[in-house]
Formats: sequence, C-alpha cells, structure tokens
Amino acid sequence: MSAHSKDHYFVPDSSAYPFLCSIALFFIAMGGASFLNGYAIGPTLFSIGMLGMGCLLFIWFRKVIIESPDYNMDVDKSFRMGMTWFIFSEVMFFAAFFGALYYLRMLAVPWLAETELLWPGFEATWPSTGPQGAELLGGVAPTATSIAEGTEYALIDPWHLPLYNTLILLASSVTLTIAHHALRANQRKQLIIWLAITVALGAIFLFFQAEEYIEAYTELGLTMGTGVYGSTFFMLTGFHGFHVCLGAFILLVVLIRCMRGHFTPERHFVFEAGAWYWHFVDTVWVGLFIFVYIL
Amino acid sequence: MSHAATAHDHDHDHHDHKPPFFQRWFMSTNHKDIGTLYLIFSLAMLFIGGAMALVIRAELWQPGLQFVDPHFFNQMTTVHALVMVFGAVMPGFVGFANWMIPLMVGAPDMALPRMNNWSFWILPFAFTILLSSFFVPGGAPASGWTLYAPLTIQGGMSVDMGIVAIHMMGISSIMGAINVIVTVLNMRAPGMTLMKMPMFVWTWLITAFLLIAVMPVFAGAVTMLLTDRHFGTAFFNPAGGGDPVLYQHIFWFFGHPEVYIMILPAFGIISHIIPTFARKPLFGYSSMVFATAAIAFLSFIVWAHHMFTVGMPLQGELFFMYATMLISVPTGVKVFNWVTTMWRGSMTFETPMLYAIGVVFLFTLGGLSGLMLAITPADFQYHDTYFVVAHFHYVLFSGAVMAMMGGAFFWLPKWTGHMYNETLGKIHFWLTAIFFNITFFPQHFLGLAGMPRRYADYPVQFTEFNQISSFGAFGLGLSQILFVYIIVATVRGGKKATAEVWEKPEGLEWTVPSPAPFHTFDEPPVVK
Ligand code: HEM
Ligand SMILES: [Cu+2]
Repeated sequence: MSAHSKDHYFVPDSSAYPFLCSIALFFIAMGGASFLNGYAIGPTLFSIGMLGMGCLLFIWFRKVIIESPDYNMDVDKSFRMGMTWFIFSEVMFFAAFFGALYYLRMLAVPWLAETELLWPGFEATWPSTGPQGAELLGGVAPTATSIAEGTEYALIDPWHLPLYNTLILLASSVTLTIAHHALRANQRKQLIIWLAITVALGAIFLFFQAEEYIEAYTELGLTMGTGVYGSTFFMLTGFHGFHVCLGAFILLVVLIRCMRGHFTPERHFVFEAGAWYWHFVDTVWVGLFIFVYIL
Repeated sequence: MSHAATAHDHDHDHHDHKPPFFQRWFMSTNHKDIGTLYLIFSLAMLFIGGAMALVIRAELWQPGLQFVDPHFFNQMTTVHALVMVFGAVMPGFVGFANWMIPLMVGAPDMALPRMNNWSFWILPFAFTILLSSFFVPGGAPASGWTLYAPLTIQGGMSVDMGIVAIHMMGISSIMGAINVIVTVLNMRAPGMTLMKMPMFVWTWLITAFLLIAVMPVFAGAVTMLLTDRHFGTAFFNPAGGGDPVLYQHIFWFFGHPEVYIMILPAFGIISHIIPTFARKPLFGYSSMVFATAAIAFLSFIVWAHHMFTVGMPLQGELFFMYATMLISVPTGVKVFNWVTTMWRGSMTFETPMLYAIGVVFLFTLGGLSGLMLAITPADFQYHDTYFVVAHFHYVLFSGAVMAMMGGAFFWLPKWTGHMYNETLGKIHFWLTAIFFNITFFPQHFLGLAGMPRRYADYPVQFTEFNQISSFGAFGLGLSQILFVYIIVATVRGGKKATAEVWEKPEGLEWTVPSPAPFHTFDEPPVVK
C-alpha cells in the first residue's frame, strides 16, 4: 500500500528547499541591513538573496503542482485553512498601521497641541505634519523651491485617481467572481477572458498608483517625510500597493495555469486562494479610500 | 527528484527506515526530527542567553563597574532577553508541539511538513544575524528587548540587524503557528472531538492563534522603527506630529499576548504531568479549556499595564488596571484545578511531577507579584525596578522554562526509548528550584527598595541582596550542565522504556512504542 494513495494524507519526502530558502532569506536580510547602513556589499547580497528566493519558490511551487494529483481532499483542506490563517496574519499587519493612523490622528496630534509650553502656537488639525512639519496649502500646488525644501505640500484629490482606483478594484473583484463561476461551470474560455481582465485591472490600478506617487513627490511636495501625514499615507498605501503586486502576480500565475489547462471545476485551490487574497487587498483598499483619502 | 510514490513505498515497509544524515537533519519533513531540531536549538539558546545573564550577574556582584562598561552591560540585558524569549522559550515550545501534537491527535505528521522545516531553519539564520550584531561598530542593540523609540531611532547598524532578525523570527513563528492550527483542526483521528483533545493540544491551538494575531503587529512596529530610522517618516517623532508612546502601545499590544504565548503551552504540559502522577483524570477539563480561551481573550486588552507611568489619561489607567486584575480569575481557575487534581490522588514524585508541582507553586508566586504590579498607583513605585525583573522570572523561568524541563523528563522516555536516571533527575530539580529562588527571590526586595533595572551599577546598600542573587545565578547556570548530561546519557542508553512509560497514563502518545517510530499513525487510530 502506498503512502501516497489518495486515502492517505500526503506527507512529502525530505526536501532541500526550506533550508535553501532560509539561506536566501538570510542574504536578503543581511543585504538589506548592510545597504541601509551604507555598505557597498549590501545591494549585491540583497540581489543574490532575492534572485535565489525567486528561483527556489519557483521550483518549490512547481514541485507542488506536479505532486498535486496525489493530494486528497484533506490536504486540500489543509491548504485552505493555511491560506485563511495567512490572510488573517496580513489583516493584523495592516491593523498595526491603521492603529497607528488612528492613534496619531485622534490622540497624539491633539496632545501635542495641548502642551502650549513645548510648541506654542501649534494647532491640532488633520492632515498634520507636526510642529516642525511642512505647511499645508489649500488648493494651490507648492512651488518647486518649497517642494525641494519640504516646507509646503498639497493633498491628493480623492475624487480623481483614488476614486478611479476604487472603481477599478471593485470591478476587478466582480470580474474575478465571474471567472470563478466560469471555472466551476467548466467554461474555460470565459474563465480565461474574465481572469485576464482581472489581472489587467490590477495592472491599471498599479499604474495609476505609481502615477499618483510621482505626482505626490514632484508636484504636491507630499513625501514619506511630510510629517505623520506623509508617514501614514505612504506606509499604508505603499504596503497596500505591494500586496496588490503580489495578488496580481498570483492571479497572473493562475491565469497562465488556466491557459495550460490546469484546474478542474471541483479542484482549484490556488485559484480560490488567489481570489481570497485579491478580495482581501480590495477590502483593505476600501478602508484606505475612506480613512486615508476622504476623511 | 524521483516521483515521491516509489521512494515512499519503500519507507513504508520499514517504519523505522531513516534517511542519511544530511537528508535527515537538513531536509526533514518528519515532525519528530524537526521537533528534535527545535528542542536542540532551544537548549543551545538557553546556554547562550544564560551566559549573557551570568555576565550581568557578575557585573552586579559589587557596586561600581568591574567587568564590563555600561554600554556593553545594556547590550547584555537586551540580547539576553531577545535570545531567551525568541530563541529559547518560543522554539522550545514549538519543539514540544512538533513532537507531541501529531502523536496526541493521531495524525501521521504535521499538516504542512515542508513549511514546518522552513519554520525551523529560518531560526538559526535569524539568530546568526542577531548575535553577529555584537561585531558591528557600536555593538549589539542596547535598548532593552522592548526596543523602545526614540533610543532605537538613534542606534547603529545593530538595530537594523535586530529588526531584520525579528522579521525572520516572526515569519518563522507565523508559519509554525499556521501549521499547528491546521494540524489540530484538520488532522485529528476519527472520534477525537475538540472537547476530547488533550490539554496540551488545546493550549497550543490557542497559543497559535495568539501568535498569528500578534506577530504581524510586532512586525509592523519594527517596520515603523526602520522607516523612522532610514526613510524620514515621523511615526515616533513629535516634531513631525508623531509620538514615541505610540511605539510602546503597538509593542505591548504584541508584548502582553506574547507573554501568554510563552506560558499557555507550559500550562498544557503541566496539565498532562499532574494527572499522570496523581493517577486521577484532570479536574475540570472543560473549565480548563474555557479558562485558557478567556486568558487569551483578556490578553488583548491589558497591554498598557506595562505603561502605567508613561502618562496616560486616568480612564486608561483604570481600565487597564481592572482588565489586568481580571486575568487572575481564569489563571486562578487553572491553579485551582491542578491542586484539585492532586487532592486525594495516589501521588508519586518522579522528576516530572516535582517539576510540575514546582511550577504550580512558583508560577503562582509570580502571578501574585503580577497582581501587585497591576495596581496602578503601586506600579508607579515598582515600575522599572528589580521587582518587575523578579516577577517575570517567576512566571518565565519557574513557569515556562521549568515546565519545559518537566515536560522533557516526562516525554524523554517516549522520544529516546530509554528511562533517564531518576536520582540525577531529582537532583537536577532540586538544584534548579533552590538556586532559582536564591537568584530571584531577593530581587523582590531590591525592587521594593527602589533598585532600577537595566543598570550596571547600584548604591552600596543593595550589595547583600545582589550578592545572594549573583551567587544563585551561577549555581543555577552550572546546574544546567547536569540537565545536558542527563539528556545525553538518556539518548545514549539506559533502562528500556515501555510503551506506557508511566503507570496508565492517558493519551494516544502512550499507545505507540518507545521510542516512537519514525512514522506513526499512517492508519489513523479511532478514539472512542
Ligand atoms: C496574573 C497574571 C499577571 C499579571 C497580573 C501581570 C502583571 C504584570 C504587570 C503589571 C507588569 C508591568 C510591570 C512594570 O513594568 O511596571 C508585568 C510585567 C511583565 N510580565 Fe507579567 N503579569 C502576569 C503574568 C505574567 C505571565 C504569565 C508572564 C509570562 C509568562 C508575564 C511576563 C511578564 C514580563 C516579561 C514582564 C516585563 C516586561 C518588561 O518590561 O520587560 N507576566 N506583568
Ligand atoms: Cu503584560
């Protein structure tokens, strides 16, 4: 009787990937720390690590795909649970930054304004860049010199690019769901079309986001260094954008696999995992749109 | 690599067929081997962290500066704590989880075996980074293990190394926790309902939930430190509208659940040892489960008891005081249940039982000093004194670490197939328990008298208590060599252990032979 027949839980053979991935992670971490402290070796170490990690994850996932016919429904369930809890950990990661935003906005800035002794004349407002931060301009864009000096900044208009981006992401959640229904109904062509649209919408979102960042830095004088407003703005939208990249990449891989005829109407864990992840970044964006851009 | 099925057919005929050395220990997907790796790692870290503690205690033998300069002293307190918390205690419990959870729930292995191995192997690399920070300009982080801003905004490269190391430990913990949760929820043998699960499995399930909930928050906190240091953000900088106290809030939102992450699995181990040697089933099993869940829930709403003196609004001080005191209720339920389990039991006092009783007694002392600290106005006096140091060593050393030692003696026969030397085991217990108290009990008095923690020097009137404490610390450290000796001797040989090992112990792990075969429960057992 084989341990890998489907009535048994699949326990993989020994594997070198975890150990090698840990080495790659070591290079990434050390490279990053050296780079930040101005050591010339930093970027090299970091790149070696990233490259190694990329290759390793590629062959690791490839192996899992080859093995997957041996997985029974219990293994499938383990993967599902694993992904669910992973997304929960991501929720908590964002919770830390949202928590920081609320604390700074509702408590820290008002307290700073209360202590007349320390910062006379400082008033609590939001957006705020603190007592020594840049000055907020209403309506007009700062001049080139004040951008260079970091003394003045203007805000991003939520009803322009951010609104488009909200609509794009919400639409992409819908198209993804249509693709999922098509997969379950075994309509492969529909599946590929709607999934491709989803990935494209993700790419457009990222394009607009990049454009917004460029505009913020070059025309509005809004940077990571623009006090707590800039800090929370770029930290939250930046990590979100990074997660959109990851989610779009997962969906792209799923798309390629769909085109190669992978997945069945009954079994398509990775599709669902990617979809959950996508809905998660979508939800985070709605939070961002409301609490970072509008309010 | 060949297709798995053929290679595995072969393994399957011989339950004990083990792969060659490198493949077995570096490429493992076997929960027992990975558990062993975790336990060895944890023990190694206990000695590295212990050596740093002895540097601290040597310096505090006398007032004035003798051996190290204050900056190095601060590096010692910081790295000692980081190594003990993230290197010794947490991986130690993950080692126990790896070994015991599949055996206890009747699973063939952990649910995600390759990820399991990755969780482990990240750790040696993470600690290589943390420990090599001693050799960069400026030395290792010296801010205390809490890494408070603004001190950590100013430090050198070592702070960044600490931050990336913490990120790696976080990845490892989260993956390990996901593995535990999935194993427990998805891999239980038929018939093992949730409310039939052994207590150790329950406590780990809840611990894993806490880990997934708070490790990412810690990652967020140190990420903000990193961007404040290098990318011009102002999270913790009042000039830009930020607030250093924000760091403390985020840190302790992680930090307090973290202390329960380090004690709940210990509660689990104790809940196995006491019924075995009292020869009675655990008293109040379901109240134990609910108490564990209640502790986990409450641990999310008490964090600011670490910050009473930082300047919070009065409502905050009151809320966190009462919430903290509330935790004593479910904790008390547990202590009550252990004591009641022993009540009228036919008790014997083998080494694991000595440890269990020691833990119940000494942990309770730590809980009581915690209750004193929870009284806000009193904490204004005790905060950042040696009283706090005494408190958390009673809960962490005589709680978590001694529970692990007891657990090691309890399951060592199952792991190795040999009985350990009972006399030596008992000697180790008494040495550890006595020297522990000599080390840490006087620190209560030092703290009440006002000696601040994390400082290399002290006024002369504190000398006697410090000398008692330092004497105890060296005794405690040396006693652990005996622990290693007993373990090595038991691995090498000794009286053969039976499958049951103890007298009619409860649980699936005692139904498999000792040592537990390389693969267990390929056919799931049925639990009635
Ligand atoms: C009845 C339960 C407990 C209560 C009421 C309690 C209360 C407290 C309070 C109020 C403090 C802050 C003291 C100060 O800094 O002024 C504290 C510190 C601490 N407690 Fe507890 N505690 C309890 C149980 C535990 C447990 C079970 C652990 C770990 C296993 C633990 C580990 C710690 C640690 C490590 C610190 C010091 C952290 C630091 O500042 O470095 N406590 N405790
Ligand atoms: Cu606490």
